[in-house]
Amino acid sequence: MPDNLATVRPVADEIEASLYEVRRKIYPRAVSGWFAQWRVALVVATQLVFYGVPWLAWNDRQAVLFDLVSRKFYIFGLILWPQDFIFLTALLIISAYSLFLFTTIAGRLWCGYACPQTVYTEMFMWIERRIEGDRLQRMRLDQSPLNARKFGLKTLKHGSWIAVALWTGFTFVGYFTPIKELAGEVVTSTLGPWETFWILFYGFATYGNAGWMREQVCKYMCPYARFQSVMFDPDTLVITYDAQRGDPRGSRSRAADPRALGLGDCVDCNICVQVCPTGIDIRKGLQYECIGCAACIDGCNQVMDKMGYSRGLIRYSTEKAVSGKYNDAEIRRHVLRPRVLAYSALLGVIVAAFFGGLLLRSPLKVDVLRDRGAMMRDAAGGQIENVYRLQFINTDEVARRYVVTVDGLPGLQVMTPQPIKVAPATTQAFPVSVRVDPAGLGAGAHVIVFHISDMDRPEVQAHEKSRFFVR
Amino acid sequence: MSDFVHDGWSFYVAIITVVSLIACGVFLKAFSTQRLAEGEQPGTTGHSWDGLEELNNPLPRWWMWLFYITIVFSLGYLILYPGLGSYAGYFGWSSQGQYKDEQRQAAAVFGPVIDRFLKQDAVVVAANPEAREIGQRLFLNYCAQCHGSDAGGSRGYPSLRDADWLYGGSTEAIRSTINGGRNGVMPPLGAALGGSEDVRDVVHHVLALAGRTHDGLRAQRGKVKFAATCAACHGADGKGNQQIGAANLTDDIWLHGGTEAAIAETIVKGRMNQMPAHKDFLDEGKIHLLTAYVLGISGQGKP
Repeated sequence: MPDNLATVRPVADEIEASLYEVRRKIYPRAVSGWFAQWRVALVVATQLVFYGVPWLAWNDRQAVLFDLVSRKFYIFGLILWPQDFIFLTALLIISAYSLFLFTTIAGRLWCGYACPQTVYTEMFMWIERRIEGDRLQRMRLDQSPLNARKFGLKTLKHGSWIAVALWTGFTFVGYFTPIKELAGEVVTSTLGPWETFWILFYGFATYGNAGWMREQVCKYMCPYARFQSVMFDPDTLVITYDAQRGDPRGSRSRAADPRALGLGDCVDCNICVQVCPTGIDIRKGLQYECIGCAACIDGCNQVMDKMGYSRGLIRYSTEKAVSGKYNDAEIRRHVLRPRVLAYSALLGVIVAAFFGGLLLRSPLKVDVLRDRGAMMRDAAGGQIENVYRLQFINTDEVARRYVVTVDGLPGLQVMTPQPIKVAPATTQAFPVSVRVDPAGLGAGAHVIVFHISDMDRPEVQAHEKSRFFVR
Repeated sequence: MSDFVHDGWSFYVAIITVVSLIACGVFLKAFSTQRLAEGEQPGTTGHSWDGLEELNNPLPRWWMWLFYITIVFSLGYLILYPGLGSYAGYFGWSSQGQYKDEQRQAAAVFGPVIDRFLKQDAVVVAANPEAREIGQRLFLNYCAQCHGSDAGGSRGYPSLRDADWLYGGSTEAIRSTINGGRNGVMPPLGAALGGSEDVRDVVHHVLALAGRTHDGLRAQRGKVKFAATCAACHGADGKGNQQIGAANLTDDIWLHGGTEAAIAETIVKGRMNQMPAHKDFLDEGKIHLLTAYVLGISGQGKP
């Protein structure tokens, strides 16, 4: 031990430095402009749908309800059963390919305009601005000692946030539990323990993510931020600071000629940094923290207008365009590059398959389960009988009558009384016995086919293969 | 808990668990800081592989606290749930206990639905469409494996749809069959009857009893042997005995096959048949519904 100690540097020269950093709170400055308007429009559009849809009614039931207990997803006229899980798969594939396509064309459009993290952060920041004021006022408020005014403003802000968050949690649970009953239970405070838990859970998640976590969700938790770079190529439109035009930066009077002063167009006002919700400086180039919200474009354009310079010092541009290889017309031409065309084609095929599948989806599904315990039985007149359990799924919201026929062996007949009635939107099992004269049939399994058709709508049919055993 | 042969093992495991947790905390502390010379900036993490250095992109400090929270969580978990050697935990949770809890919960939900039929006579219940639907589901779950989904039975398993009963078709007989099960035994009688020719004679008498085509001469000879050996159980007229489950031989319904060869085999080798008892895992309400269901479908014709 003493030998080791001697080789270590003297302790006085060292300090213990944490490998973790304290989060620097970001105070984004309010911004207005073309992109900001788009974001507001998308926030309003998505949230009208999210908060509004559970209240719509359809045929005496909630129009959109994901009933997990009875495993039925109601989406307007459509009822999806667990057997329709493939549509969810298709929907996920469509979402993934849309993400690939949009990212390839113009970077993180999803992050900047439609991701719930952005949307709710935007809503919470709007509330924050209304109560505490813009960037400078908020920074001053946070630095000021706690007094009655600060306490009041903070209480009001968090109260409003919690109200929005709870409403969001309530709406979310309303997609899984009929929302009108849920509202009644809230009013009479008779909520079940799980409903209470999930409302509070989603409320807390909304409050925490949009109020406190904000850009940290994008920076530290979201995988998309980390793998987006593989979807970018030199023709991808990204938010870019035009360094050739802007540098060298420096403040100057509006009247001065920047060329004479040896300056570029960037007045180094730092607006682009102040409006950034992730607190980065876009002038350092593309960074993984950038969520592509274009707030810096709006901010910079305002400054350029004031200075009387042309807009677009910060703009959507591509790597190749910035390095001087393209002009604007060429950027547009390069949108339709092979990669984009391939993604579009794949997306088109899957979307077509998704809607085609939904349109052609049969309202009748049948599973044929052969009785496992017994292979066969002797029936009158030396005939052989096999028993099957037919599991009918009537996805219509109307009771239906079905007729079962069977073929595959000469003289094969169904012995069960017909038609078979199935209640609306239910699944029901019916034992069906099938008989044949075994004369001339070899021993073993024979393939037979059940044909099931709707009595009232003959075009609705199901065909299922099974086996018939002969001794 | 009998998992450990000696209490010492329980302590051994518990100590390892606790030491591991403490070690996690120590390592966390050790690896979340870096020694720097005064004024030096933590540009890299100090890791270097073949000249490639890892830049220091620090995570937020609250992230580090999440790691410590997991340690606190595990302490709470170990107090409340089993995890420290053979200590059962404050809640005394066990998978068996959870299973029994869930059973109790299910009974609380479905019990009233099923038990309300207990007050009614099985004949009344049999006519109730809702009870029939519940009964069919129970039947498909517990009975269909042997008797078939349509209750038509198969070789060795009696049909429940005909009017022929081995042990009686009254409400009480059916209930007692489901409750306690049945052991059907036909002893091997080949030796008692004599040679294979004697057996054939008896077979033809049995065919005659059922009204099937037979050799009259053999049936005459078989009748004598039947009276001496078989009538004890099946009765002189061959109509069987429901007290002991002896089959009625006159109705042309054959549990083990009605061909000449199959009947001969039954006589020579005997038959052992078992219906298992259900009272141990089905409660009274379910058995009542099943009794009513079987009562309702019996006699629907079709041998």
